[in-house]
Amino acid sequence: MSTTIKVKKGLDIQLIGAAAKNTINISPKTFASKPIDFIGVYPKVLVHEGDQVMAGTPLYFNKHSEQVVFTAPVSGTVKEIRRGPKRVLLEIIIEAGQTIEYVDFGKADPNSLTREQIIEKMLKSGIWPVIRQRPYSVIAKPEDNPKAIFIPAFDTSPLAPDYNYIVEGEAEAFQTGVDVLRKLTSGEVHLNVLDNPATSNIFLETKGVQINRFIGPHPTGNVSAQISRLDPINKGDVVWYLRPQEVLIIGRLFLSGKYDATKRYALTGSMIKKPAYFKSLAGACIYDMVNDNTLEGNPRYISGNVLTGSRINQDGYAGFYDSQITVIPEGDYYEFFGWATPGLNKYSFYGQFFSWLNPKKKYSLDTNLHGGERAFVMTGKYEKVFPFDIYPMQLIKAILVEDIELMENLGIYEIDDEDFALVEFIDTSKTEIQAIVRKGLNLMRAEMT
Amino acid sequence: MKGLKRSIDKIKPNFEKGGKFEKLHSTFEAFESFLFVPNKVTLSGSHIRDAVDMKRTMSFVVIAMMPPLLFGMWNVGYQHFLANGIETTLLQTFWFGFLQVLPIIIVSYVTGLAIEFAFAQSRGHEVNEGFLVTGMLIPLIMPPDVPLWMVALSTAFAVIFGKEVFGGTGMNILNPALTARAFLFFAYPKAMSGDMVWIVDKPDAFSGATPLGDAMIGEVSRIPDPMDMFLGYIPGSIGETSKLAIIIGALILIVTGVASWRIMLSVLVGGIVMGLIFNLVAFNDYMMVPAWKQLIMGGFAFGAVYMATDPVTATQTTRGKYIYGFLIGFFAIMVRVFNPAYPEGMMMAILFMNVFAPLIDHYVVKANIGKRRKRWRKAHVNV
Repeated sequence: MSTTIKVKKGLDIQLIGAAAKNTINISPKTFASKPIDFIGVYPKVLVHEGDQVMAGTPLYFNKHSEQVVFTAPVSGTVKEIRRGPKRVLLEIIIEAGQTIEYVDFGKADPNSLTREQIIEKMLKSGIWPVIRQRPYSVIAKPEDNPKAIFIPAFDTSPLAPDYNYIVEGEAEAFQTGVDVLRKLTSGEVHLNVLDNPATSNIFLETKGVQINRFIGPHPTGNVSAQISRLDPINKGDVVWYLRPQEVLIIGRLFLSGKYDATKRYALTGSMIKKPAYFKSLAGACIYDMVNDNTLEGNPRYISGNVLTGSRINQDGYAGFYDSQITVIPEGDYYEFFGWATPGLNKYSFYGQFFSWLNPKKKYSLDTNLHGGERAFVMTGKYEKVFPFDIYPMQLIKAILVEDIELMENLGIYEIDDEDFALVEFIDTSKTEIQAIVRKGLNLMRAEMT
Repeated sequence: MKGLKRSIDKIKPNFEKGGKFEKLHSTFEAFESFLFVPNKVTLSGSHIRDAVDMKRTMSFVVIAMMPPLLFGMWNVGYQHFLANGIETTLLQTFWFGFLQVLPIIIVSYVTGLAIEFAFAQSRGHEVNEGFLVTGMLIPLIMPPDVPLWMVALSTAFAVIFGKEVFGGTGMNILNPALTARAFLFFAYPKAMSGDMVWIVDKPDAFSGATPLGDAMIGEVSRIPDPMDMFLGYIPGSIGETSKLAIIIGALILIVTGVASWRIMLSVLVGGIVMGLIFNLVAFNDYMMVPAWKQLIMGGFAFGAVYMATDPVTATQTTRGKYIYGFLIGFFAIMVRVFNPAYPEGMMMAILFMNVFAPLIDHYVVKANIGKRRKRWRKAHVNV
């Protein structure tokens, strides 16, 4: 059965630098597993610098949930265990060997395995963390039975990768991955696609899923927006979700018995000379993608998209869940009477810049805040880019005063910090809203466990 | 520009922590960010941000106030020369009004900004731009012949007791500009009513009453021609007389997304509904004034566009905005017709609803919470 769901509220920010549909294979020298990619994980390291590892060798596990281990995406030597302030484990860097050697976890047909056997296999191989849960966006708990599993197979964020292109030629792995997921829930597996003729047949012909068609601006591609329309989260509910590349990783494990972390990354952004797709592994060093491919200037490298991604260095590593690398200019300049210019070249959600005369124009936006932080003054604006039946301003204020009961009543289980990215983008008072929402989610999680 | 930037950078250390003028940091920051949008970059969350900021938004409110202000200046001169029977050119008329109104604007801004800067400094905050709007609104709702010391006193009262005691911009309950007006109204009722203040240097023989003043004392027949009231050739507060200028301002506010059209619309609807109810009951002359005419009398339109829409003191929820606006319109006409002490009901209605706005929001949000609870119960019954 297929339904089309229209989402009206939201905003598509038109940026320069979308990835062209051609893929370049790269073999970076180093890869990294970054515990900071996983919310609420307290890592206990299992390897030492200089150890030899194979793709699938455990690197660390979560002290709070010891069965969840994290394994190496590539074979080679542990080059560095990098720690930050207060000895926080930032990344375990592996120098890749000539060829990739895999730990053999054994091929298996998911349909002939029990739920327990499947979970055990996924935990052991270290691919379990690809499945996350709502609320809180933490790694799924193996002991939970989610009421549904969601696969958002399209991304609406700025310059987002096209999953139709990414999954090309991997129909079998995708179907196998879905077969695995089918075993993990007694509810539906939702495969959410864009209502668009370009949607890949790999998605449309997948068996065992409920295909839902969506149409609308960002954040329609966010999983919360999709969950809220199909099967809203109530207090106590758990929903699992993962993106198509992560389904492929599961599929490949069962097809080949290996943790094959192959991933395609969309390299995007206005500072990139030739935006395209790059094929490598999870946790790849981005240096080979951006070196000689970045324009002159002061770039900011982002793993993920411009709204929710995390800042990395030129020789940094792609985040575990990210399928996109974005490079945009830093905005550390002063602008003379910047607030008073007509603003033909400034992008704004509001009609206060004359750029609204040219709605189709694409922009190269930088990281300038365009103003100082102020008190909340404007009202009724957040709602326009926030397609939920939730009062965003009231929820933000409930979080600021740390009122747990009010946060729950106002629907904090149904959202994630990424859903507030556009709210933060258009905010006149320049408040760091995503950080506030993340703080609220963390408070809530601490309170509930 | 670079030279200017260099000299600013040169004196900047004096205003930073440990500098000679550390105490003036907020003041310095305000001037620096006025000249140059700062080089601050995003640190957390979204890496890119909308080009809008509070300065931009507030400047558009000030721009939207220009049509009523410019017309108001002209009208101050026009009423003066009309009352004194002198023929003048357009420019002379405007110039007279300009000289009359400019000091009021200056006094309002100087008083208010001085207090704002002092409070920002004592709190260690950046100076909020909110007063740029309040400082312009106050002159627009003053009678043209108001003594300047009254402007200063009421502005100081409004900023300190209407805003800063609540925690400053964004925290206040009452609209600061209306607080200033209300202060004058209650502190100096004699000076603020009657027919003396509305026309500058009015000869005694000439009636200088506003249409509302006439209507209140039962002289409904003296209400001027509707077209005059719409275009604004009538005595009244500086910015309130021309409905045409106010409509232009309203369009600017709506197109730029600064003010809520929902509030403006629902204030009009509320006013019409009350007006129609009066027309039906109609046991005195004032009640028989057609409902549509009520909308172009007095400060109703000005209040609907510039005062009721103040986002800080209005309701914040979409549904709340409709309720809030409707009740403002409704009460404004009711107070105007029923209460002999207040010829203009708009000020009282807006201040009254400012107080109730959080309550309206509370119930709107509560309905949302109730819906969520119901969904939860339903899900748990089915299991």
